[in-house]
Amino acid sequence: MATEPITEELAGVCVDSHGSAVGMPQLCGDWIGNQVFWLIITLVVIYFILARVALPRIASVLAERQGTITNDIAAAEELKAKAQDAEAAYEKALADARAEAQTIAQKTRDVIKADLDVEMAKADAQIAAKAAESEQAIAGIRDSALANVEVVAKDTAAAIVAALGVTADEARVNAAVDSQLKG
Amino acid sequence: MATETHGAEAAAEGSALVFHPMDQFIVKPLFGNGDVGMFTITNVTLWLFLAIVSVVLLMVLGTSRRAIVPSRSQSIAELAYGFVHKMVEDVAGKDGLKYFPYIMTLFLFIVFANFLGLIPMSFTTTSHFAVTVVLALAVFLTVTILGFVKNGASFLGLFWVASAPLALRPVLAVIELISYFVRPVSHSIRLAGNVMAGHAVIKVFAGFAAIAAISPISVIAITAMYGLEVLVAFIQAYVFTILTCVYLKDALHPHH
Repeated sequence: MATEPITEELAGVCVDSHGSAVGMPQLCGDWIGNQVFWLIITLVVIYFILARVALPRIASVLAERQGTITNDIAAAEELKAKAQDAEAAYEKALADARAEAQTIAQKTRDVIKADLDVEMAKADAQIAAKAAESEQAIAGIRDSALANVEVVAKDTAAAIVAALGVTADEARVNAAVDSQLKG
Repeated sequence: MATETHGAEAAAEGSALVFHPMDQFIVKPLFGNGDVGMFTITNVTLWLFLAIVSVVLLMVLGTSRRAIVPSRSQSIAELAYGFVHKMVEDVAGKDGLKYFPYIMTLFLFIVFANFLGLIPMSFTTTSHFAVTVVLALAVFLTVTILGFVKNGASFLGLFWVASAPLALRPVLAVIELISYFVRPVSHSIRLAGNVMAGHAVIKVFAGFAAIAAISPISVIAITAMYGLEVLVAFIQAYVFTILTCVYLKDALHPHH
């Protein structure tokens, strides 16, 4: 890369008068000291930069990341366990509630049935009472009707007798009607 | 590119072809035209400094928010951290993690140097053997000293293959010894060689672009090479790092 020609007086064993390399520049002894000197400085500088700053920093970052990942995984596992517990609790609560609901329904059904039975019995008794009362009333009415028939018959007989122009002997008419009715 | 001065070569080929694939690797003073001394601020200094800046941008500024949910830059920084950290742990074992900052330094430096070198007109520091040999020798010396400090003389058991038949062991010991000392050579040349070759080939293709008839092919070839070089830039950094981990493992656990 001899872009600027090197002056004539500098031409030595490594570079010709036109600034071109003589043979392999790699084998030029004149430059070795310079290269080795600066290389050693470079290596020492890089070593200290790496050993003192860069590598401990990267190591700590990697360790920190590993720690974070481990913690996060642990936390995730914990949360998962919690979620599973919660699910189990929920399932249990649901089953309990269902069972309880069934019990309550059964109980209510029983209570209603018992109430119903009682009411039915009461109603039956009332119906029976009403029926008996009605029968009694009917019997009373029938008796009173019969009594009325007797009175009417006696009156009618007396009236008929009177209509016949005979003065009715009340006692005899009554006795006749009675005997007829007993007939 | 210095056309009139290389007119002779160009004329010899009967075209405007000028190849200087190695000129990109020349070390130059950044200020003035002085000599390149040991402490001269050169293009090497500039691109090494830019590598430091890149490391700071990614690893320090990128992670400055310390977010639990990372931003893009923090993600990349964490990705790089995790990538090398896992590599060290997998290859060198748990006790190798003590040396993780050291290996991370090598990896980030090579990655950034390689990728900065892929910027057009830039200077690729890792294409120089001087640089990669220092890196490889640092690894080799550290690992060897560490091996003896941690294991004492039993570190030599690395070369004594106990599972092999007794007669073969001395032969194997010689082979193991040679291969051990070839490690820094292959370690450094692999990196610099790959990077340098790729850059030089791109430069050669760029030279062909001067011929109008070939230039479309040349541009396509440069694009393809560039794609390959992007891969090489990362893969060579990876290879260098994982080999460092393997050598570290040998030092910590020398018995096969």
